[in-house]
Amino acid sequence: MVLNDLLEIKERERKARKGTVLRCCVAAGCLSANSQAVKDGLDKAVKEKGLEGQVEVRGVGCMGLCCQGPLVQEDPAETLYVKVNPEDAPAIVDALGKNPAPGLPTTDPHAPFFKKQMPVVLENCGRIDPERIESYIAEDGYLALHDVILEMTPKEVVENVVKSGLRGRGGAGYPTGLKWATVAKTVGERKFVICNADEGDPGAFMDRSVLESDPHRVLEGMAVAAYAVGASQGYIYVRAEYPLAISRLQAAIRQAKQYGLLGGGIFESPFNFNVEIRIGAGAFVCGEETALMSSVEGKRGSPRPRPPFPAESGLWGNPTLINNVETYANVPVIIRKGAEWFSAIGTEKSKGTKVFALAGKIRNTGLIEVPMGVPLREIVEEMGGGVPDGSEVKAVQTGGPSGGCIPAAALDIPVDYESLAKVGSIMGSGGMIVMDEDTNMVDVARFFMEFCMDESCGKCVPCRTGTVQMHQLLDKIIQKRGAAEDLERLEELCDVVKNTSLCGLGQTAPNPVLSTLRFFRHEYLELLKQRETGAQPPA
Amino acid sequence: MHPYVAKIKKKMPAAAQFPPSGDKRYKILETAMKRHQHKPDALIEVLHTAQELFGYLENDLLLYVAHCLKLPPSRVFGVATFYHFFNLKPKGKHTCVICMGTACYVKGADKLLASIEQVAGIKAGETTADGEVSLLTARCIGACGIAPAVVFDNAVTARVLPATAVERVKGWMQHGS
Repeated sequence: MVLNDLLEIKERERKARKGTVLRCCVAAGCLSANSQAVKDGLDKAVKEKGLEGQVEVRGVGCMGLCCQGPLVQEDPAETLYVKVNPEDAPAIVDALGKNPAPGLPTTDPHAPFFKKQMPVVLENCGRIDPERIESYIAEDGYLALHDVILEMTPKEVVENVVKSGLRGRGGAGYPTGLKWATVAKTVGERKFVICNADEGDPGAFMDRSVLESDPHRVLEGMAVAAYAVGASQGYIYVRAEYPLAISRLQAAIRQAKQYGLLGGGIFESPFNFNVEIRIGAGAFVCGEETALMSSVEGKRGSPRPRPPFPAESGLWGNPTLINNVETYANVPVIIRKGAEWFSAIGTEKSKGTKVFALAGKIRNTGLIEVPMGVPLREIVEEMGGGVPDGSEVKAVQTGGPSGGCIPAAALDIPVDYESLAKVGSIMGSGGMIVMDEDTNMVDVARFFMEFCMDESCGKCVPCRTGTVQMHQLLDKIIQKRGAAEDLERLEELCDVVKNTSLCGLGQTAPNPVLSTLRFFRHEYLELLKQRETGAQPPA
Repeated sequence: MHPYVAKIKKKMPAAAQFPPSGDKRYKILETAMKRHQHKPDALIEVLHTAQELFGYLENDLLLYVAHCLKLPPSRVFGVATFYHFFNLKPKGKHTCVICMGTACYVKGADKLLASIEQVAGIKAGETTADGEVSLLTARCIGACGIAPAVVFDNAVTARVLPATAVERVKGWMQHGS
């Protein structure tokens, strides 16, 4: 494979493009609503009408509006059919090029939900066929890898990423360029690159969608990273709960190897890079980098103290670079369009865009990508369409069990790393769950505490026993058996667990409690008061 | 010697010859281990394959894996019990996995679970006495856009109402098919 081969594939793919494309979502959300049958139906209808020469039915990744699936979009007419049934297929094919098929529900592709997005990571999602590498190459795929290997030194690549201002999308927001630079300058016989796709936060499905919709982008990002830091072996650690993402990744790796875009001598250069998939087995703590590495080594996913950081001593004691799926997915476009282009998006300290999984009590649930710094209100009210059934937003939960609940009063904050931290939450990996007035915030705190209690690996005492005690206290308060001193003890425990736990899981486990105590203390106090007066809970 | 250690020691050679001849599943498992060159770091992958083949990981199977990968049984048992995904007990003929992720939870997954628990007479993580239905919960299956989601026999189902879920489980319990 040389540059000309790549361009030839692109040219061939573009020439073979038919006049009309019917894009049918075959990512997990729509698949569960029977979208495979819809796609088969469309295929059949096109064949029956003898339109194979003009119309392509393409299975694509996530189009974003998961709550309305299965989605089918006609290109170039832009008609977006929602909740499509397999029986509707002939009607859709009949109406091609004309007005939308009568009687079928459609949605406006220019609605705020779509219009206000800025696809960078998701630029190919819902457009290309994730199961064909050619489809990715047609959109300039693997061009960045070519330029990096043949025209840039590893040092230049790292400098580029530093200049772009990209920060880790896994939650903590550590500057990616800095991480790469550390691994690059650490001396080691072997180095490793790991992609953290153990998306354990409940309520988050960004990484899943990226892997299912555009797997090659992640592979390309990893290969660029490997070149920059001097690694030749990569691992993708995926959750076992994402079988479709795993099979698409496996197919992607196979295709990339066939084309010589992974493996030995990539682009006829001396650079080698192999990727292996490691499947998780349902342990939230494995999202923590040291625990993840231990799991890749085939052991229990127990974290260990840092330093030494993985950049110095990681997988089997070798320098290791660990980044999140979305972080790698940002890399090819940074190389292709330049660090300046990327750093022009977003705010001063948070560059680029962020993908969010919008869910909970909100009209439009699904996947969105917005520039950093967009006001939270815009996401929830304009893009999300607000809370259905006439209720009001009470809080927005971000960051999963490590994050917090942002009250409705603070909805005007811009969404970036610093602003979210200021209101006691975190950016997290991108789960955004809207809660309405019916949601009991103490119950939410207990829900997350139960999660952390179950998922604590048991290695360090504060996390192992602290989470159990905090859960019991929350339980007691919710059952209206709590007293004022229970609340005091709860706050004290929060402090201890936060400051003395070994890894991120324990250190952040008290966050949902702390943030609900900060903004919704009255709900706790109300429950305490009900105990004193012996009042019955409202049904 | 501690009686437990004695038991394990006694069991080890047996475990080595454990695969009853003629059971093809062991051959497939052996191929999977060979593909990983019997490296100990492939333990989790091998356990995944074993569970896929056998449905659950019984003690003899774990000992067999330990023997083949040259790992102490404690290490294999430790890994198998650490990860939620591995089952050490047989599952029912049908499985109902309720997603308890945040999005599903705020949309009523707890009520969904309670109604099924009541109908099936079992708690989450248990299997009905007749071995028909296993009721499980998941941390988050990433189907938050279509919450609350339930996985009935490996098929993700969107926006499940308690009544529909109960009907489905009742159907399994009555017909046994």
